[in-house]
Amino acid sequence: MIPFIGELSLILAFIFAIVQGTLPLAGVWKNKTTLMNLAVPTARIQSLLILISFAVLMYSFYANDFSVLYVASTSNSQLPTMYRLAAVWGGHEGSMLLWVAILSIWTIAVTMFANNLPNTFKIRLIAVMGLVSVGFLAFILFTSNPFDRLIPAALDGRDLNPLLQDPGMVFHPPVLYMGYVGFSVAFAFAIAALLDGRLDNAWARWTRPWTTVAWMFLTLGIAFGSKWAYYELGWGGWWFWDAVENASFMPWLVGTALIHSLAVTEKRGAFKVWTVLLSICAFSLSLLGTFLVRSGVLTSVHAFATDPSRGLFILLYLVIVIGGALLLFALRAPNVGLGEKFDVVSRESFLLANNVVLAVAAGSVLLGTMYPLLIDALGGGKISVGPPYFDAVFVAIMAPGLFLMGLGPLAKWKKASIPEIGTRLKLAAVISVVSALLVPSVLGKISLMVTVGVFIGVWIVSTTLILLQNRIKTKQIAGSSLIDNFKAIPLAFYGMLLAHLGIGVFVLGVTLVKGYESEQDLRMEVNDVAKIGDLSFTFQGAQKIQGPNYTSSQGRFIVSEDGKQIALLYPEKRFYPVQGATMTEADIEPGVFKDLYVSLGEPLEKGAWSVRIYIKPFVQWIWAGCIIMALGGLLALLDKRYRIANKNMAAKTEEAF
Amino acid sequence: MNRTLKFLIPLALFLVAVGFLTKGLFLNPREVPSPLVGKPAPPFTAPILGEAGKRFNSADMKGQVWLLNVWASWCVACREEHPLLMEMAQTKRIVMHGLAYKDIDAESQQVLIAMGNPYNKVITDPDGKIGIDYGVYGVPETYLIDKAGIIRYKHIGPLTPEILLTKIVPLLKELGV
Amino acid sequence: MKKLMILIFLLTQIFTVAYAGQAKPLADDPALEARLKAMSQELRCLVCQNSTLADSDAPLAADLRNEIRTQMRAGKSDQEIIDYLVARYGDFVLYRPPVNSNTVLLWFGPFLLLLVGGFVLYRALKKQAGGQDIQAEDE
Repeated sequence: MIPFIGELSLILAFIFAIVQGTLPLAGVWKNKTTLMNLAVPTARIQSLLILISFAVLMYSFYANDFSVLYVASTSNSQLPTMYRLAAVWGGHEGSMLLWVAILSIWTIAVTMFANNLPNTFKIRLIAVMGLVSVGFLAFILFTSNPFDRLIPAALDGRDLNPLLQDPGMVFHPPVLYMGYVGFSVAFAFAIAALLDGRLDNAWARWTRPWTTVAWMFLTLGIAFGSKWAYYELGWGGWWFWDAVENASFMPWLVGTALIHSLAVTEKRGAFKVWTVLLSICAFSLSLLGTFLVRSGVLTSVHAFATDPSRGLFILLYLVIVIGGALLLFALRAPNVGLGEKFDVVSRESFLLANNVVLAVAAGSVLLGTMYPLLIDALGGGKISVGPPYFDAVFVAIMAPGLFLMGLGPLAKWKKASIPEIGTRLKLAAVISVVSALLVPSVLGKISLMVTVGVFIGVWIVSTTLILLQNRIKTKQIAGSSLIDNFKAIPLAFYGMLLAHLGIGVFVLGVTLVKGYESEQDLRMEVNDVAKIGDLSFTFQGAQKIQGPNYTSSQGRFIVSEDGKQIALLYPEKRFYPVQGATMTEADIEPGVFKDLYVSLGEPLEKGAWSVRIYIKPFVQWIWAGCIIMALGGLLALLDKRYRIANKNMAAKTEEAF
Repeated sequence: MNRTLKFLIPLALFLVAVGFLTKGLFLNPREVPSPLVGKPAPPFTAPILGEAGKRFNSADMKGQVWLLNVWASWCVACREEHPLLMEMAQTKRIVMHGLAYKDIDAESQQVLIAMGNPYNKVITDPDGKIGIDYGVYGVPETYLIDKAGIIRYKHIGPLTPEILLTKIVPLLKELGV
Repeated sequence: MKKLMILIFLLTQIFTVAYAGQAKPLADDPALEARLKAMSQELRCLVCQNSTLADSDAPLAADLRNEIRTQMRAGKSDQEIIDYLVARYGDFVLYRPPVNSNTVLLWFGPFLLLLVGGFVLYRALKKQAGGQDIQAEDE
């Protein structure tokens, strides 16, 4: 009975979404207020219905209702509660429902916080989001209904893939989808603006906070996924350039470009066509990612549910949504004006140069991801494009962009002078060159990759700090204290600083772990000691333990440095009987300067095990960098200029009077 | 360039991508075509199952068209194609040898006793060396080798009546079998 | 008797030393193993298809690693071994696709794109830049 409620609310949501996506648009067109006024209530009801349906599915998982086919195929009564709830998005049907549930959250947010917009604009915005929702709901209802029943009910479920039984599964997909789907708001803004014929500074200002929130979530979501892969897959990899990872990375690159071009459009009313195209592309790439994952056209670890009919359905949806948007773009863009003038050398130009680099980088990732398909479709056979390709091409494209990142923020708006920027950055240049030469020789192995990486990382960090110092100096008011100066700077500026610092930290992390990680494959008997540099790892044997839904051999390692114990590690080899799967659970002692990473291989004779020990220097900096970037986004969001919530309050007070 | 045309570029690029994606939906990303098709079958000699001391020499097959079916007792998908192989064997139209890939002799024999033996000879490859030479990556796999010892066709996965009728039978006709 | 005691003592000593011993590398030849590792990290596993030959747990991956080891011991060069694998499995096994007529666009496309992007940006900026009257603006 209860699953039926879920299905029913999904059907009702579909109907409401159709109304939300059509009648208000007609209302704006015919200037009928009654139709226009439908937008907000239908959007809210539609969203609530989806959330109810999501809650019902969650309950079915919680209550082990194996009369629901999807529950029976992705969960098991022995599965711990936390993972039973996360199993809601552990398979195809549920992840699609998560997609629309998150779209509902964004829709509700738009109806609540987007009150500073002109009425027709807001109505168009909400209607476009309704149309996005219609397609996805149709997809779920017609091809991937999570409430399909299993009669008679299964005695028990087939269990969640053990790879997914991890706290990472609880956080990574919802946060990632918040980012992915969040770009639908920027997309809807772009479409509404094109329909409205009002592409201007105000449009850019309205879009900015929404884009920043989505970008923030996407940054965190990708970072969580990477961290999860790092500890879960058992060989310490944190990024594999897998099709699905690329699918989330491309919207991130384009979204990052969008944030920067929105700045130019807001300031100068310039490059509006480009900015609106980026808004469309960011969401289109999110949708394309969904297609790539769900249709199985590319082999991928994540393509656990593949089906050509589903693929065709999503493809049709892509053609309508993206094709329609690009057609509208082609019709409206030629009439858009140029905006204010600025010099070829200016802050604006740097921001746009960054856009070219980011867009080309996203294009390269897209090219590499799709290329095997392209060659296969042209009858050229099967090829693989993997990490060696992406590492080489992506780094070559991004390196000049990252260098420019140090210069850009110091350039003046409208007209800048390169010699002036040069004088200001002398110190940063010296620090970066010295570090680039010094760090590799101190750490013991010199390579071009490390030298360039350290240079860029330190360059970004030092230029960012100089920028802060400069800003404080120029804003100094006679007699004011240093703290007042800090306070006088808008939060958005600090947000930018943090985000850039995050990139610097990230680049340093990537460079140092790639350059100096070490790996040992050892055969260890009980009480054997492995010495790696100053560290010694003592293996104290492995014992059998019983988990809630698995059995495990748990090893015990004492790690000491210069004779002092610094860590106890318990790597495991788990066996999950329901799926008959063996999982390697590495154990990690994380640290600011290095991670100690131990994973168990196979049991050998006489209690000995094959053991892999990795030392991963500075690897935590990779995720720390991402978190700093996201914090930067948060600060920018809190800036007075974008206090949407406050404006909303103001509007409410006005209403009250 | 015409101003309006310029703005159609994104749409055009997108439609090209859609074309490839549509085509992609009907391709199988997991099937890797063998570069060995059209090349001489790698020569090997190996023990024959159930015929102690005797060895199979692939060179002896020169002058004959034959099928090499790679299978194993531990391979679930192989059971799927087994009845079809039995039917093929009954027609006696073509010589088919089995390659017991990474299998234990006794277990291979058990399956053949239980399900019937469609093979003229079963060659054993306990350590998978011959398999590597033939580029085997997923059992079952079937190779069609012509009189000159050239691999003419390779099928990955269980054989189906459809594959047999549309791919293998026409090729056999062409090869004069 | 005393001699025997000493002998036993020595034997137990040896035994305990061996017992709390140094961990041994899993492979007899770490240099070869490092070479294998470097090579197999750029090769794709055919069975699980989304991991490298180095990281895959699939039995075929283990067989192929053994085959590579054998060939390395036999003195084959990296290129010869890669050619051997490509002859059997095709370019599919290479995570670093070779530069050939099929992959020209793949390898040079991004840089071409960067050139085109830079050119388009320059043109657009020229158009946007107007006259001498532009003044620098502070935040």
